[in-house]
Amino acid sequence: MSRGSTDRPFFHLHLFIAGETPGAERALAQRARLIEALGPGVAIEIVDILQSPAKAEAAGVIATPTLSDESRTPPRRIVGDLSDAAKVIEFFSLPRRSTSA
Amino acid sequence: MSPSEDVLEPVLERVQTGVEAFDDLVMGGLPRGRATVVGGTPGSGKTVFATQFLAHGISKFGEAGVFVTFEEEPAEIEANMQGFGWDLTRWREEGHLAFVDASPRDHEELVIGEFDLSGLLARILHAVETVQAKRVVLDSLAQLFDHFIADPNVMRRELFRICSALKRTGLTVLMTAERNSEYGDITRHRMEEFVADNVVILRNVLEREKRRRTIEVLKMRGSHHVEGEAPITMVSGRGIVAVPLSSLRLEQESSTKRVTSGNDTLDQMCGGGFFRDSVTLVSGATGTGKTLLVTNFLAGGVKRGERALLLGYEESRGQLFRNARGWGVDFAAMEAADKLKVVCLYPEAQSLPDHLLTIRGLVEEFRPDRIAIDSLSALERVAPDVGFREFLISLTSFIKKHEIAGLCTSTSKSLIGGESVSEQHISTLTDSIVLLRYIQEQETMNRGLMVLKMRGSEHAKQFRRFTIDGQGMHLGAAPDAAPDILGPGAGDELSS
Repeated sequence: MSRGSTDRPFFHLHLFIAGETPGAERALAQRARLIEALGPGVAIEIVDILQSPAKAEAAGVIATPTLSDESRTPPRRIVGDLSDAAKVIEFFSLPRRSTSA
Repeated sequence: MSPSEDVLEPVLERVQTGVEAFDDLVMGGLPRGRATVVGGTPGSGKTVFATQFLAHGISKFGEAGVFVTFEEEPAEIEANMQGFGWDLTRWREEGHLAFVDASPRDHEELVIGEFDLSGLLARILHAVETVQAKRVVLDSLAQLFDHFIADPNVMRRELFRICSALKRTGLTVLMTAERNSEYGDITRHRMEEFVADNVVILRNVLEREKRRRTIEVLKMRGSHHVEGEAPITMVSGRGIVAVPLSSLRLEQESSTKRVTSGNDTLDQMCGGGFFRDSVTLVSGATGTGKTLLVTNFLAGGVKRGERALLLGYEESRGQLFRNARGWGVDFAAMEAADKLKVVCLYPEAQSLPDHLLTIRGLVEEFRPDRIAIDSLSALERVAPDVGFREFLISLTSFIKKHEIAGLCTSTSKSLIGGESVSEQHISTLTDSIVLLRYIQEQETMNRGLMVLKMRGSEHAKQFRRFTIDGQGMHLGAAPDAAPDILGPGAGDELSS
């Protein structure tokens, strides 16, 4: 994923999980499917709160999994189930992968 | 190993909360490594109690603390708690205190499906590790529940998990929870059933236009506690102060040492004077000579080199000094010699627990040998029945514990005799009762005095007429015909 092109907006989301729990596994799988559905210019960074608690503290995240767009004011978040890709894309106003290209 | 060793209950180590007298209710403090829910309506002092628990640990025991806030931002808490003398900012900067800020933030959030609070737990454990905390506060759970209002069952499960994890690391956990009413459900989301080993309730009740704050221990898993509500008060610079009830320690040692009443004849009637460590009640209608007896009592003590404290709730200093002068007693000279202290207060100026703290403060500062309170009836106006009774119990036990001779007055409504509302409470709590009554003999109205009760001593049973002049009280012979001094029906209530 490159920042090369200047005409496209760049989205940097964070996925907060806590260790290797079944919930975290599920969230990671859902992330993979989301990335497939998303167009270029979207990054979903994984934050393991057990490894980086300070990041969760700074973001004020208490529930996991949480997918967060901290670049917005105010920040936008989805807590819980990320399996409905269409819903996630709409909530964050993310670009879809164009099927014609 | 014998079987009996298996069933031995481990003695739970106690963690002092710093709320004076509350720790006594729970046998020394909250059990270490356990979770306590403190429930209360808004404004009942939950956050103050929780902060005091942390502050006491940091300042008295070097035990670091973590404050998890779901409601106010850390900066607000630091500012609000300054008034109680807790410098949270400094403690945070010095690494004795860490906040986990879970206060509501401005963000758009969508909650769908399964989630857990591992994020919160990880943040708490991180903070605990950073400052090496021994105590953790979560304030308040209601706010957390409201955040995820749609999933109460998930919240209960998660709260249980967080609590267990914190307890496993040996932390003593204190959580606050909202109550909707003072005497309804224990907490709004009934979380205490899931997480709490112990439940404490703070109340802030409006009774007869007065606020009455109390603390009650509802449940203490695996250990004893004192039942019932204990009055508390909030003091700036100190936080919450619970007022100890004497029912905890009724086993005061009573001494047989006698002290003078200030009147030789009355001393004889009492079998040699009042007992030190005892509280005597002087009961009488207005103008029967109660304040005179008080004045005698104080002057008699000072004359023998004792220190005396007078708390006046009915008359001003000027009036009291003028009265005393009229009976040949110079209060001003006694005060100048630092043998007497006269403090006059409006009963309505503060609540009864605050009055009690004032009295305790004065006694600890002045260290009197005797104390007079004029009158209890004036103080009774301040508080409803229960509050007044608690006040009296605490006051009398405090006086006795400090080996002070106490004299209290009470105004009976009827001029001739009989009933006074406060006497119903007071008579059973005081050791001795002196009755002052008007008595009608043919055409004249005279004053009479009788020692009605004297715990642990013989005393004169007869009723004595007395006169008052510039030298004070003069007790005479018994009246010709004994009048019905108690009034109809009054004997029942005072005979205990």
